[in-house]
Amino acid sequence: MLSVLLQVIRRDLLLAIRQKSDVVNTLFFFVVVVTMVPLGIGPEPALLRDVAAGVVWVAALLAAILSLPRLFANDYADGTLEQMLLSAEPLSLIVLGKALAHWLVTGLPLTLMAIVFGVLFDLDWNATAVLVASLALGTPVLSLIGSIGAALTLGLRGGGVLTSLLVLPLYIPVLIFGAGSVNAAISGVGITAYFLLLGAFLLFTAVLMPWAVAVALRISIE
Amino acid sequence: MLDTVNLGCERGERMLFAGLDLAVAPGSLLRVAGPNGTGKTSLLRMLCGLLEPTTGEVRWNGINIRRQREDHLKNLVYIGHLNGVKDDLTVIENLKVAQAVAGRNVDAAELRKALESVNLAQFENTIARRLSQGQRRRVALARLFATNNAPLWVLDEPFTALDQRGVTALSQAIASHVGNGNMVVFVTHQDVAIEVQHQQHVEIAGSAAAGAEA
Repeated sequence: MLSVLLQVIRRDLLLAIRQKSDVVNTLFFFVVVVTMVPLGIGPEPALLRDVAAGVVWVAALLAAILSLPRLFANDYADGTLEQMLLSAEPLSLIVLGKALAHWLVTGLPLTLMAIVFGVLFDLDWNATAVLVASLALGTPVLSLIGSIGAALTLGLRGGGVLTSLLVLPLYIPVLIFGAGSVNAAISGVGITAYFLLLGAFLLFTAVLMPWAVAVALRISIE
Repeated sequence: MLDTVNLGCERGERMLFAGLDLAVAPGSLLRVAGPNGTGKTSLLRMLCGLLEPTTGEVRWNGINIRRQREDHLKNLVYIGHLNGVKDDLTVIENLKVAQAVAGRNVDAAELRKALESVNLAQFENTIARRLSQGQRRRVALARLFATNNAPLWVLDEPFTALDQRGVTALSQAIASHVGNGNMVVFVTHQDVAIEVQHQQHVEIAGSAAAGAEA
């Protein structure tokens, strides 16, 4: 049963490697947004430190939304999604595999890039570590929540806009506690509560979302 | 044994067919015919569980397929209008990935044999993007040969885009699959002769459906 999970991850990673432009687009968007902000608001270090977490987190969130349509749309168009629905393996496991693969090609690189952005925004090492850790916990949640939006709007015209509308409100708690954890670290307040909440979001979505997405896909494919 | 009870289908507030009672026993072939837009594809998708019946039910070995999805799907290979072929993967990768996701064997030797059966052996490492329409169809059909233990084939226009040799080979494969005590349900507009003992013909025309035993 676990082998199908690994096979789906392998498949999606292989496809991502063969079709690099999709992945590069998302990462490029993230880099551009984050690097343009200091140029726009001026090089005042204190100001940059204050906005760093918010800017990086908002950019990560938008980059995740940008990458959502390709989660299921290509598979839907060429019929491979239909075959996934006909698999004797649990569909929720296949969906979990796809969400994990999506995180590996978007969330994970974003998280790693945040190390550099900590320097760019003049964060100390402690705050940078918190930023990276919060992204590591938060970006999988973005992929998991995003997959339900992508599944529900599959095959609809103008699905992209609708996906954003559906998904954005659900992203807000992750954004608040993700960016909040870094600001708490900077001002010296305890960060445990933030990380416990982010962890709870991750567990909650990892358990419930694959199942909900499987149901949504069965409805969408009719 | 696959059967339907009082199966009905409504698409976009139009009743396509209703009251369809079909029974496909092991060792028999069911051919679905009818003009465009009468619900042949919808019927096939219902038999696979991709589409919820508007009325009635589809049963596998006497139990509604919704209540035993895994058992039903393990025994089924469906080839639809869409080939389910990834443009960015090679022919052999496509077949391997399709089988793995379906939870089936991915033995390299058997996959290669399946590609030989559809005459694609020399294209094993070709990226699917470079294949012709007929060759893509054959990549999809290779799944039938790679899966040797699925007793039910549901094929939607399987002969589309195939050359004469491919049509002959596939109709022979269908005949031998049925001959071995398995079931095949298929839709085609082409006049293809398939020599099997038990053959049923269902004509879906407008909202009235009529069945005939041949």
